[in-house]
Amino acid sequence: MSILKHHAKIETNVLLLMVGILLTVIIGGLVEVLPLFTIQSTIEKVDGVRPYSPLEQEGRDIYVREGCYLCHSQMIRPFRDEVERYGHYSLAAESMYDHPFQWGSKRTGPDLARVGGKYTNDWHVRHLTNPRSVVPESIMPNYAFLHRPLDYSDIVGKMKTLRVVGVPYTDDDIANAQADLVAQASDTANTDALMQRYPKASLGKKDKTSTSVTEMDALVAYLQVLGTMVDFSTVKPEAITR
Amino acid sequence: MTQATTAHSAKDATPYYDNVIQKFVLAATFWGVVGFLVGDLIAWQLAFPVMNLNLEWIQFGRLRPVHTSAVIFAFGGNVLLATSLFVVQRTGRASLWGGTVLGNFIFWSYNLFIVAAALSYVLGMSQGKEYAEPEWWLDLWLTVTWVAYLVAFVGTLYKRKEPHIYVANWFFLAMIITIAMLHLGNNLAVPTIIFGGPWWKSYQIYAGVQDAMTQWWYGHNAVGFFLTAGFLGIMYYFVPKRAERPVYSYRLSIVHFWALIFLYIWAGPHHLHYTALPDWTQTLGMTFSVMLWMPSWGGMINGLMTLSGAWEKLRTDPVIRFLVTSVAFYGMSTFEGPMMSIKAVNSLSHYTDWGIGHVHSGALGWVAFVSFGALYYLVPVLWKRKSLYSMRLVSYHFWIATIGIVLYITSMWISGIMQGLMWRAYDNLGFLQYSFVETVAAMHPYYIIRATGGVLFVAGSLIMAYNFIRTIKGDVRDELPYEAPAAATARG
Repeated sequence: MSILKHHAKIETNVLLLMVGILLTVIIGGLVEVLPLFTIQSTIEKVDGVRPYSPLEQEGRDIYVREGCYLCHSQMIRPFRDEVERYGHYSLAAESMYDHPFQWGSKRTGPDLARVGGKYTNDWHVRHLTNPRSVVPESIMPNYAFLHRPLDYSDIVGKMKTLRVVGVPYTDDDIANAQADLVAQASDTANTDALMQRYPKASLGKKDKTSTSVTEMDALVAYLQVLGTMVDFSTVKPEAITR
Repeated sequence: MTQATTAHSAKDATPYYDNVIQKFVLAATFWGVVGFLVGDLIAWQLAFPVMNLNLEWIQFGRLRPVHTSAVIFAFGGNVLLATSLFVVQRTGRASLWGGTVLGNFIFWSYNLFIVAAALSYVLGMSQGKEYAEPEWWLDLWLTVTWVAYLVAFVGTLYKRKEPHIYVANWFFLAMIITIAMLHLGNNLAVPTIIFGGPWWKSYQIYAGVQDAMTQWWYGHNAVGFFLTAGFLGIMYYFVPKRAERPVYSYRLSIVHFWALIFLYIWAGPHHLHYTALPDWTQTLGMTFSVMLWMPSWGGMINGLMTLSGAWEKLRTDPVIRFLVTSVAFYGMSTFEGPMMSIKAVNSLSHYTDWGIGHVHSGALGWVAFVSFGALYYLVPVLWKRKSLYSMRLVSYHFWIATIGIVLYITSMWISGIMQGLMWRAYDNLGFLQYSFVETVAAMHPYYIIRATGGVLFVAGSLIMAYNFIRTIKGDVRDELPYEAPAAATARG
């Protein structure tokens, strides 16, 4: 092992040691991470994935704020039991507008990647308020405090920031953000334009405890759209093979 | 220079800035207790959800990052700062670059960052990425602090009087440099305030699959460099020092150092097996994770074999017992990790408590135990006491904490494997046998056992804190001493 004799050069020179370390630790990331941004097949070409509506985005921010990802994954693996339990396995395309991603790493609670449409709005509100009122064995905390009004005064600033990082919100989307947000949480508003912009959005007032838009409305709107954007009956298998 | 102490050698009057190290040692002890306590609280919350107390600030989702940040960055970080700045001065016979001023800046900046980060999570300002929860303004704060740390460490190395840089410092340096790279790479985000959004919030520039890979490139190497390379640096100084034996193999330390830091970076994708991450990345990550077993055990062998000819100290010195047991736990969890990174195993273990158990066999058994060993060594040295207040209390701490760890990891193995098997179980009619919530209910007894193990671990850390307080006061407990190795040998 005569090569080890030359190690004295490195271990007697701080600069050489630092450069050696940096070069050694940088390679793995360059090979593994960078190509994901350039290889086209990393994200499948499927129809239906759209940016979140303003209300859904506010709900997503609450999901992140409360640390839901610490107990719930949003990533269904291609196993028979998971597909039967949760639905079609998750595609990369389905989280392409997720800043940050919320795939999670632990299932203390069930996967939520396709929870949208599985339960009624009313079930979600009751469950979030007191999970044990609908699922006696649940160990989820109560989120009754979400009945408070949602502060959506800065939704435009959030959407403009998201546009900078790559979410394709149009000027039209941003101009109508506040109106869309209120309309989606209303039982009476005209939602034609909203549904044009955000197909499959879950409409209507979810939280009946308050007449104003609440954090509960936003979170349930987000949960109800999860996993529903892609219509798998129209997806060709070869488009999503890995 | 009045506060600095000088080396023992008469001809060499290098002042060592131990006053700074003392602060880091006290902070590490404090944050250790806090971090373990919060961890145990959230463990009880999983057993009894009423423990969330209907308060938004202390519900599990907000407290869990407080726990992980408190143990990794507050406890682990202060231990790393204390030991690295202690070791770099002594092994190079050089005083800390920047002296008390820079040392104090790093101390206060780092610890106030931790307080601010914990408050930000509790108030609902998480960035939503595991182990990288601090928002952009906290990330910038940490960057400044970390650069100051790098400057102080490298500056001290630069003015060393020993021609060779001691092996412990290679590991510390690799930790500092790599953590800087990972922190900057994983936290690239655009603050919303630029476009009229809330001041404290930002959105990641990456999304979905790219964000996932970047996160686990960061996340796994927070383990690999912060909790492994850095703590191997501790092992390479404190094990030989306490055992009064040279490091087993110089060659092995060279080979395993470069192999370890090269291979670790590639292991991230094993957190994303069977996800929407492309298969080539998953396979690459699995391959490197399995290879990582070798340099990991190289480190374990080098640490354990340093005890050659001094094994009897395990019986007579509870501090050595902590250090050696930590290396044994390191060996165990670095075997378990590569095994769990194999896709077939991972399909069962992922998303379950097995992962939590694995992390804690590393975090409690390796990181915390090697830290306890180093702290027990440092306190009498830094406060110039002849000995610790009580070696018997060190031994009680050791056994109580060890039983706590055993309860923790065995209950998580059982609950994790059981849950994984229940999720995929089919009845004889071909239907899924269990609803999800049935698997949650089945976890209940194991969550109680785990939380009980946590109580023991917290109790051990309180014993340590008490021992430190009495040692610093200069007290010595009236107790039966451990017999000297010579006497034990004579008795046969």
